[in-house]
Amino acid sequence: MDNRKPDLLQSRSLTERWISAALFACAAMSVAVTAGIIMVLFFETVEFFRQVPLSEFFFDTQWTPLFDQKHFGIWPLIAGTALTSFFAMIVAVPMGILIAIFLSEFAPERLRRILKPVLEVLAGVPTVVYGYFALTFVTPLLQGFIPELAGFNSLSPGLVMGIMITPIVASLSEDAIYSVPASLREGAIALGSNRLRAIRHVILPTAFSGIAASFILGISRAIGETMIVAIAAGQQPVLTLDPRVPIETMTAYIVQVSLGDTPHGTLEYNTIFAVGAMLFVMTLAFNLLALYLRRKLLKGAL
Amino acid sequence: MRKKGIAQDLSFRAMDEKIEKAFKAIMALAVMVPFVILAVLLIDTAVDGLPRLGWDFLTGFPSRFAARAGILSPLAGSAILMILTAAIALPLGIGAAIYLEEYAGKNAVTAFIEINISNLAGVPSIIYGLLGLGLFVRFMNMGRSLLAGAATLSLMVLPMIIMAARESMRMVPGDLREAAYALGADKWTTIRKIVLPLSLPGILTGVILSLSRAIGETAPIITIGALTYVAFLPDSVMSPFTALPVQIFNWISRPQSDFHVNAAAGIIVLLVIMILMNSLAIALRYRLQRRID
Repeated sequence: MDNRKPDLLQSRSLTERWISAALFACAAMSVAVTAGIIMVLFFETVEFFRQVPLSEFFFDTQWTPLFDQKHFGIWPLIAGTALTSFFAMIVAVPMGILIAIFLSEFAPERLRRILKPVLEVLAGVPTVVYGYFALTFVTPLLQGFIPELAGFNSLSPGLVMGIMITPIVASLSEDAIYSVPASLREGAIALGSNRLRAIRHVILPTAFSGIAASFILGISRAIGETMIVAIAAGQQPVLTLDPRVPIETMTAYIVQVSLGDTPHGTLEYNTIFAVGAMLFVMTLAFNLLALYLRRKLLKGAL
Repeated sequence: MRKKGIAQDLSFRAMDEKIEKAFKAIMALAVMVPFVILAVLLIDTAVDGLPRLGWDFLTGFPSRFAARAGILSPLAGSAILMILTAAIALPLGIGAAIYLEEYAGKNAVTAFIEINISNLAGVPSIIYGLLGLGLFVRFMNMGRSLLAGAATLSLMVLPMIIMAARESMRMVPGDLREAAYALGADKWTTIRKIVLPLSLPGILTGVILSLSRAIGETAPIITIGALTYVAFLPDSVMSPFTALPVQIFNWISRPQSDFHVNAAAGIIVLLVIMILMNSLAIALRYRLQRRID
């Protein structure tokens, strides 16, 4: 390298250009992944809608693609997903925000540094483990209070999913509360408000869009969560809001079909991509909304 | 009138104190609940699964008979999956991180790539499974092989690896970079000799953490068609396979409680592997911290 002469500079910049092109290709790969997801879902879904009219997909109230009497109404699967996600958020929203307030406003720095990684552990437990916990521990436990609760139901996996999502909501809400300028907090205290009032009337309203973003990302996670509901919620796509009976979510349906030997090119095979497309659009919409809200928070804090 | 105002003010203050105390108690409860549940989960699984755990369980093949079943083939499947996933995702992820940190200009293309990466991190894992099924298994004709599984998992962990790599490259002090330039090194040489070696422990930490997430992933592997009953060891990357979480899921879905015991024992093995991987990541992070200080 030391004996490089000035006339080698030309070739050196050529190598540089090759390297930077290769690195760009790596970064562009992520765009290709998104394009790949959209294309795979799009083509298989188009194939699906060639055989099933759009109106049946959106207006029929039965989902029975694996039976002789086939119906392709997506609503039972959406209802199942909404039901489990609802129970998850009932747990994750209050717990997440209380933990966030505690970590950012009350906990001493040392406790905070211990608590945060342990919470991350909770979010890192494999979902198949949570599923086992929901099916073999939480459901029997709940049956002690609700005798009519079926072995598969939406309540138990929903609540367990809430525990899994709590750290995500807590950590993102804490970031939002943390970004509230100290001057606002001190202003409120100086005007004679106590800590709790400062939190309720100044800090939470200022951090609102960031906290809302954490809820929405939580919902998006709940909608896409697969194994907990596939294990503990059942495989019966019924249009119901009863938390005690077996249901099926969009994700659980994809798992159910994947486990069988559905041959490529059949309508059953295409259904999982149509359901997947629906799932992708829903989570994407929530993720973009959360992104927008977080941007708003950053602007507001400046 | 004025007296009454003060009295009211004082009673408000007493109320406020009571409310604050109550609120603190509720918060303490909210913080404790997740830990209690984590403890219950671990104890419950340990009680169910520990009696089943033993050498036979680790070295046996899955079986129709719960008491004879083992996890050798799922364990081998998971290990090979992780190695292949790392081999695919590591160069891609580091390459993308180098580009975004060192080469990318502040323009619309860069902004688009960045938004895209953060969006990919939020895509449910089962959607990656559908991508793998359509792209690798069908379109590229890899079949339901280890390679197709690893390619799918690589795409899933890519956003995490890119973000971790960028973060640790940002921690390399700017003056070291400038010193390299001052000595006549070009950009690539500086990256290769200064930035990468210094940020490597941090990058590896991120990679190990992403892999420890990937090893617990069940949904994408099931979607691309991992088998649920494999009584042989894979002989090539094109071999059909099963993975540890898939085997656990298979055992959970059976009605007989004997198989649930197997599932619990499998969960213990999975959690121990994850704990080992995480400890390794923490040790590496600690080394990085020391090196930069």
